[in-house]
Amino acid sequence: MTDATTSAPGAASIPGDVSAAEPRAQSRRRFRPSGSVVVMTLYLVFLMLPIYWLINMSLKTNTEILGAFSLWPRDLTFANYVKILTDPSWYMGYVNSIIYVTLNTVISIAVALPAAYAFSRYSFMGDKHLFFWLLTNRMAPPAVFALPFFQLYSSVGLFDTHIAVALAHTLFNVPLAVWILEGFMRGVPREIDETAYLDGYSFPKFFVKIFMPLVASGVGVAAFFCFMFSWVELLLSRTLTSVDAKPIAATMTRTVSASGLDWGVLAAAGVLTIVPGALVIWFVRNYIAKGFALGRV
Amino acid sequence: MNKTVNQKAWFLVLPVLILVGFSAVIPLMTVVNYSVQDTFGNNVFFWAGLDWFRDMLESERMWNALGRQLVFSGIILAIEVPLGIFVALNMPKKGFWASFCLVLMSLPLLIPWNVVGTIWQIFGRVDIGLLGYTLAKLGISYNYTQDFIAAWATVIVMDVWHWTSLVALLAYAGLQSIPDAYYQAAKIDQASRWKVFRFIELPKMAGVLMIAILLRFMDSFMIYTEPFVVTGGGPGNATTFLSIDLVKMALGQFDLGPAAAFSLMYFLVILLISWVFYTVMTNLDKREGR
Repeated sequence: MTDATTSAPGAASIPGDVSAAEPRAQSRRRFRPSGSVVVMTLYLVFLMLPIYWLINMSLKTNTEILGAFSLWPRDLTFANYVKILTDPSWYMGYVNSIIYVTLNTVISIAVALPAAYAFSRYSFMGDKHLFFWLLTNRMAPPAVFALPFFQLYSSVGLFDTHIAVALAHTLFNVPLAVWILEGFMRGVPREIDETAYLDGYSFPKFFVKIFMPLVASGVGVAAFFCFMFSWVELLLSRTLTSVDAKPIAATMTRTVSASGLDWGVLAAAGVLTIVPGALVIWFVRNYIAKGFALGRV
Repeated sequence: MNKTVNQKAWFLVLPVLILVGFSAVIPLMTVVNYSVQDTFGNNVFFWAGLDWFRDMLESERMWNALGRQLVFSGIILAIEVPLGIFVALNMPKKGFWASFCLVLMSLPLLIPWNVVGTIWQIFGRVDIGLLGYTLAKLGISYNYTQDFIAAWATVIVMDVWHWTSLVALLAYAGLQSIPDAYYQAAKIDQASRWKVFRFIELPKMAGVLMIAILLRFMDSFMIYTEPFVVTGGGPGNATTFLSIDLVKMALGQFDLGPAAAFSLMYFLVILLISWVFYTVMTNLDKREGR
């Protein structure tokens, strides 16, 4: 492992860069800064190596992948990406995934917003039990639900539609959204609600015009996490689809052809699934712990 | 907590209730239904009582899967929690490099789970994967599709790679909440690094760490896609964890009764852990006086 680590291209440039952060670390004098930098560099290299390897493979031809072992593509090619982006049976996988993920995010946030408001502001009969019950759904193993979902959506004629997957994913995303939003909403002082009511705002008007802008970051974070958890899930989306709504994750299994496994295309498809998360992560970087901890922390 | 009592708030919760009811209660009732019935096909069912539960409780297969599952969850917790804390302690505190680390660390968390499996499947291959190739060059025999130890090692390292950042991020969030004054006081008292960790940082992190441990336990307890893609549950049954076994039983062999009984028992465990989680969360909220 360490042997591989040191030989990775790009790894050498990181320690020098990170040492630029030394003055800040010294101001607290809690660690020898160099130690921290080494630890973080090693850890980040460990995280990035497999991803680098995937990108590396996606830029090679299959002959190069199976032929000579090389740390970077000698024979740089974008053919694998071109294949995915021009072949409908490939790129439709992405389109399908994006459709059901977006549907799911919209549905989840729409129903979670009022509920989170209720949980953060009012106490009502059974509120704690309800909140707990929602949590158990976030924790429920998809494997338990795979078969019943298959039967449920088949019987109502929704099998192999985007909406079926979107609804199935609400199982864990609605609870997630409610918990995250509740965490953000309780940070908004109740006086704001009361003042707005005194000023004669009706509840819907208050909620949309005053309250929503105040919890905008919370809505963004909740949406990001709904998007993400729906995007990374495979078991349910694969079980509920066959052709028309097949997600990219399931499409990836078809790289096995008569001529063996098409490694280059598989790697390129993998890289393309990482892109959406990588693009938006910067915006939610400060909330990511809160999101994973269901709105707490 | 000074919440107003308002029973009308139920109307605000109603959409969630209907939606999650549709996607959780109905399927769960189907499972309950199957768990107490038997069939010879043709959709003719008859009452089987608690036979399936008895069968499952006596089934070696389920106990083995449960055993493997517990060993797996135990190992990854034992690695990820200390490692995550260690990483969090070494992260830059603020500025560009803090964001930089946060973003890079979050990256594995956002990768679709089957792609995580694919990445490691490729990475560990002796012919084309960096890890496998390097190990082979070093003269270590490593083949995760045939060798029991290699399969386990791969699945565990993969999970550490995938999820340690989650523990680190939560621990980091906990560390961020410690006021500078605490460290200054410790400095005046000339407290050692270990004592600072033991008496300032660890107690402050306790709440978030509890969340991290529970989340990791839960999610590792229902892990399916990643090991399935890498090892397919093999070699033999070596990495067949609970979810893999359950899907095999329910969708592969269509043994509805046993699978349903299995599901319900699985679900009870989840319910228990969720309750612990919930208690921790509410206590944490109270302590922060929110």
